[in-house]
Amino acid sequence: MSSPASTPSRRRGKRGRGSNPPTPQDARSPPSQKRRTDDSTSTGDLQPMPTSPPADVQSPGAADALFSSPPQFRHSAIPLDFDISSPLTYGTPSSRVEGTPRSGVRGTPVRQRPDLGSVRKARQVDLHSDGLAEDIVATEQSLGQKLVIWGTDVNVASCKEKFQRFLQRFIDPLDKEDEDIGLDLNEPRYMQRLQEINVVGEPFLNVNCDHLRSFDENLYRQLICYPQEVIPTFDMAANEIFFDRYPDSILEHQIQVRPYNALKTRNMRNLNPEDIDQLITISGMVIRSSQLIPEMQEAFFRCQVCAFTTRVEIDRGRIAEPSVCKNCNTTHSMALIHNRSMFSDKQMIKLQESPEDMPAGQTPHTVALFAHNDLVDKVQPGDRINVTGIYRAVPIRVNPRVSSVKSVYKTHIDVIHYRKTDSKRLHGVDEETEQKRFTEERVEMLKELSKKADIYERLALALAPSIYEHEDIKKGILLQLFGGSRKDFTHTGRGNFRAEINILLCGDPGTSKSQLLQYVYNLVPRGQYTSGKGSSAVGLTAYVMKDPETRQLVLQTGALVLSDNGICCIDEFDKMNESTRSVLHEVMEQQTLSIAKAGIICQLNARTSILAAANPIESQWNPKKTTIENIQLPHTLLSRFDLIFLMLDPRDEAYDRRLARHLVSLYYQSEEQMEEEYMDMAVLRDYIAYARSYVNPRLGEEAGQALIEAYVDMRKIGSGRGMVSAYPRQLESLIRLAEAHAKVRFSEKVETIDVEEAKRLHREALKQSATDPKTGIVDISILTTGMSATARKRKEELAQALRKLIQSKGKAPSLKYQQLLDDLRAQSDTAVTKEMFEEALRALADEDFLTVTGKTVRLL
Amino acid sequence: MPCVGDWLNSPLSIVQGIFAQNVPNSDWEKKVTEYFKEKLKENNATNWVPSLNDVPVHYLKPNSLVKFRCMVQDMFDPEFYMGVYETVDPNTNARVLHFGKYRDVAECGPQQEIDLNSSQTVTSERQTFYCVPVPGESAWVKEISFLTEPVQARVSPSTSYTPSRHKRSYEEDEDMDLHPSKQKEQHTGKSCCSGGDIHGCVEPKRLETEASAGHHVISPNCSPPLDLNFPLPGEKGPACLVKVYESWETFKVNDVLEVFGVLSVDPVLSIVNSEERDSSSLDPMECMDTAEEQRVHSPPASLVPRIHVILAQKLQHINPLLPACLNEEESKTCKFVSNFMSELSPVRAELLGFLTHALLGDSLAAEYLILHLISTVYARRDVLPLGKFTVNLSGCPRSSAFTEHLYRLIQQLVPASYHLRMSIESMNHSRFIPRKDYTANRLVSGLLQLASNTSLVIDETQLEQGQLDTAGVHNVTALGNLITWQKVDYDFNYHRMEFPCNINVLITSEGRSLLPSDCQVHLQPQIIPPNMEEYMSSLLTAVLPSVLNKFRIYLSLLRLLDYSISEEVTKAVEEDFVEMRKNNPESVTADDLHKMLLVARFLSLSVGQTTLSRERWLRAKQLEALRKARLQQQQCVNGNEL
Repeated sequence: MSSPASTPSRRRGKRGRGSNPPTPQDARSPPSQKRRTDDSTSTGDLQPMPTSPPADVQSPGAADALFSSPPQFRHSAIPLDFDISSPLTYGTPSSRVEGTPRSGVRGTPVRQRPDLGSVRKARQVDLHSDGLAEDIVATEQSLGQKLVIWGTDVNVASCKEKFQRFLQRFIDPLDKEDEDIGLDLNEPRYMQRLQEINVVGEPFLNVNCDHLRSFDENLYRQLICYPQEVIPTFDMAANEIFFDRYPDSILEHQIQVRPYNALKTRNMRNLNPEDIDQLITISGMVIRSSQLIPEMQEAFFRCQVCAFTTRVEIDRGRIAEPSVCKNCNTTHSMALIHNRSMFSDKQMIKLQESPEDMPAGQTPHTVALFAHNDLVDKVQPGDRINVTGIYRAVPIRVNPRVSSVKSVYKTHIDVIHYRKTDSKRLHGVDEETEQKRFTEERVEMLKELSKKADIYERLALALAPSIYEHEDIKKGILLQLFGGSRKDFTHTGRGNFRAEINILLCGDPGTSKSQLLQYVYNLVPRGQYTSGKGSSAVGLTAYVMKDPETRQLVLQTGALVLSDNGICCIDEFDKMNESTRSVLHEVMEQQTLSIAKAGIICQLNARTSILAAANPIESQWNPKKTTIENIQLPHTLLSRFDLIFLMLDPRDEAYDRRLARHLVSLYYQSEEQMEEEYMDMAVLRDYIAYARSYVNPRLGEEAGQALIEAYVDMRKIGSGRGMVSAYPRQLESLIRLAEAHAKVRFSEKVETIDVEEAKRLHREALKQSATDPKTGIVDISILTTGMSATARKRKEELAQALRKLIQSKGKAPSLKYQQLLDDLRAQSDTAVTKEMFEEALRALADEDFLTVTGKTVRLL
Repeated sequence: MPCVGDWLNSPLSIVQGIFAQNVPNSDWEKKVTEYFKEKLKENNATNWVPSLNDVPVHYLKPNSLVKFRCMVQDMFDPEFYMGVYETVDPNTNARVLHFGKYRDVAECGPQQEIDLNSSQTVTSERQTFYCVPVPGESAWVKEISFLTEPVQARVSPSTSYTPSRHKRSYEEDEDMDLHPSKQKEQHTGKSCCSGGDIHGCVEPKRLETEASAGHHVISPNCSPPLDLNFPLPGEKGPACLVKVYESWETFKVNDVLEVFGVLSVDPVLSIVNSEERDSSSLDPMECMDTAEEQRVHSPPASLVPRIHVILAQKLQHINPLLPACLNEEESKTCKFVSNFMSELSPVRAELLGFLTHALLGDSLAAEYLILHLISTVYARRDVLPLGKFTVNLSGCPRSSAFTEHLYRLIQQLVPASYHLRMSIESMNHSRFIPRKDYTANRLVSGLLQLASNTSLVIDETQLEQGQLDTAGVHNVTALGNLITWQKVDYDFNYHRMEFPCNINVLITSEGRSLLPSDCQVHLQPQIIPPNMEEYMSSLLTAVLPSVLNKFRIYLSLLRLLDYSISEEVTKAVEEDFVEMRKNNPESVTADDLHKMLLVARFLSLSVGQTTLSRERWLRAKQLEALRKARLQQQQCVNGNEL
């Protein structure tokens, strides 16, 4: 099995193997009143032990000694004298006799499941009123199908049968999961899983409750409500099928069924007393995990006098030490023998609710988890996980000296199944399983919204409503939020195509660039906000750290990796130092980050969109200069931005008027009024999330044509003047933008209108950022080569003029620098600066026409 | 009909009565809250309830009704408890139903046992908040709120004081040695009323115990003193575990609450507690929490009492001079407000004069200081907080402890404040941002965990050159974020979480502050008093207490007023802006308009106008112009010096 949670560890597997008490699994009475009403046989959990006082006093002492010596125990993992041919856990002695012998089952030891009932009562056999699952198994033949497990409506036989049918028949060809590699979707899924168990030898069967629900609603309900009773039945069913099919298979222990993905409670905050003893699935983040705790399952006592041995099982968390030896009747002669007692592993884990689930302004809730056996040490602090388990509430122990009791319960979850949710971030399958769940109404509403003709404008308007105008910029950012479709060209050697759109905002200080960035950062779930001034290459990428406790090397991820599948907002982009910026080259095109540090060499995914803001060098934007000159960023980096916008302070009366009105309204409108006017941030967020995960537009035929035309047109503009105005990179940008626009419409196909808008936006951005200030012509080469084509042409012309000038001077071997400059100035009709002159000289020197030494120019 | 003393002294017996009457159906809980709501509505009944803010815990009777004015510092996990439980007498088999609400301990008689498997048991949920007194609460708030309870003096000795003495002796006899916290409690007790000397009568007794506690060496099983987790250093007062039974989702961290509830300081709690600690190593069920977590989540009841809330309300402000709730349509509050509004302008004039003197004769700076003091974040437009008005008072004389004295004056005016003296040392070593401590599972507080409308005065004049370390940089960034976005990113180790806040920041500096600010006012002192201390204290003594109270009401009240701009004025502002831009587009930006609108807003409010008028707009423009001219002038001076 490929689920990380189900990989058993050898070491623990051996140790846990010994415990197979042939006692029934029993349901502990829940603290809530809702089921299993009392009868006289069950005493309160909290009451002092029914055993005699000495035992009560001594047993904690014994346990104490036990816990002080776990290392000794660990090494002495002696295989105990357990009965190889022991029956099912669930079989009582009576069922062992009557039950049909199953050859395969015999050879495989049973492992107890502490996750289902860590505290078990002494067996109370009362077939008619206090029946246990096993007893019913034993007697069902005689009593027919009417018996149910006490306190529930579960009939073991029918439950088992139903589950077997489920295993044998469940097919869902449409369902896809990341675990399903190598599964034939048209065959019964769980039979293939069992086959896998046979091959791999990991005796855990993970069952998706969703499948169960679609197969048999009632069985699902029973599983959710009475997991403690139903899961053992499932185990039984699975084992029967397995050993029928693979009678020779040798497993470490019998198969355990692990249901996951129960729909009962998803959010930690919604847990309430109703959920006690039910199967729940909640998500959260591990914040702390305890040391391994060996929990005694069965104590082994030996009489000091006559060496008579006896075993005592754990009962409600305590071992009742026998006070009298049954053999020789000596009192207080029984001593605990540690290394013949049986233990199981246990770990306490604190889970904190994930930040997304938390209402604003409150602190996160936590819940304790108990992991048993194989699940111990499966998660580390910091992991995001989905946990399926049984929610428990245990009364706080009574104090024998005080008659009053603390009226509070302690709650925890006995873990049955873990599922890490963020493991994909480093391994990069796709984010399918991480999809946010939307209610049907919500989806309906979003779809309704998407049908509106002006949805694009509407969404753009809803984006950062407090920032005035800059509509095209908002539209650009909107498209960035949606992103293009991810394409995989690995088989043709081109690798992944970038789907993310990168945007650079430059402009005057105080034009609310930072505010836009802040807004975007707050809007997207995986947003990161850094300032170029404060971040180093290490902070952006990842670094290797030595954990002070374990001395283990740990890879700590930085902002870029953390915003994988999100947006990384970088403020003060221009203030970033050279080495930091160079990291971005790889991220912005290849969408990966390579790290080679302290012996760790890896490539991390950083499929992040970058939204950067830069201020001009001279603090105020100089309209006489090109973008490159204004922000002094290398053109190699600039060409990786799909859209570069200028945010300038427009000098326009009408604009001023609208701006003033907008600002004034900010200062007296109440919050409700504002919300009426614009779309809610939550709706916007859901809309984007939905589109990102469910809509994957492909290029249509027409759109393809339109794109080709657009690209050819762009190339044409320049070719008339002998310059290139578009490169393949621009075409890719256009495709991405068109796809994003199609996503906004929830359309699976990119159409001409998408291309039109992409073209318009791209042109708009170009107009702002790639206009040659000297000629007023849009020139892409400003961004791609850092210099406009006309500027290059002018340089060329000047060099030619200089060459002519020198040639006209005749055969003089050397010329004075200053003199030459003056002559050139006199001859030229445009102003020639010293820099231009030097550049021309350099150009001629490159042609081996002359050399410059100091203040003299020599001809060659 | 129970009399007054009953519901005050033994609210639980009232609850028991209601419970017994209505037991089969579950609406007894509603009836209980209704009963107490009615009781507290009666004339000044709230004043009868002893307050934990004023009276030390050990003078209060356990299980009596108390009130507590506090800030939610942390929220613990919800608790499941026995809402209703049944006890059985094993001898007679008699069954009795009890309620577990408002209690920490499920009580039963000596001959009885609790039946945990009873079908009658109801499991319910409640939420625990860790509450601290409002951080930075000014001394005058404590004093006045104590004084406004005239009946206190009469009620206290007979009810709350005597029985608690009894309890003390029990504790002293029984477990004085077991109680390392005892000593601490004395300190807490004393500090509670350091605000005023009202407790003169009980002072000797306390001194005496303290003296004996002085050489009380750390007892054998003493754990290190519990950090009560106050946001500000040097804070004192009772921290409290507040158990909320209903609508706890409506409360947020940093909310200021006033709760009425049953005080629970049952020593059993501490015993149960210590028992647990002893046995924690034995019992696998108990080692769920670390010892650290145990300590924090169930501290000794004598140190951190529990309050089981019957009624709780969020407070808009903590100024005791104002009615607690202003938006209620009560004739009394309306009358109060309209009365005060009628005499607003003389109060404003006096306050302006007072502040002008305090700012060494600079009336422009005083004007801005008033605007600053009544500013409040009234809305958030996506990420942008509206209504914050951080003032940077530059040009403060460095030598004469001017800033120190200025803060003292401000402290006299606002209900809560904190003086943050910036220095390399303090930046590097203090904790500004609250941080989640996962071992103890609690939010460790930081300086910036403050309640709404707290005045934070940052003194930059003492800052020297030096090296900031990582912590220092984080702290300065946090301050910057606080000022620009009015939010603090709490550190949850694996992630950060944003908590919006509403803190008035005033920065005093020599030159322009290194922190961002909304508006910089350069101080131009007219007089330099030779002895600053004398000058300032004479200022304060010159103001009559009644006038001082009016200042306090003025500043708190104006914050709560609504404000609007008429269509007409909007037009005028528009015109103005366009005009200004036409003449000189460089000089007026959108930012400047923001500032002017802010100034206009607070200027209008400061004279009690809730709409913007043309004159106020012009006055705002004028003020801004004056301020800018001053800054330019200052820049010139500096330029010349260089």
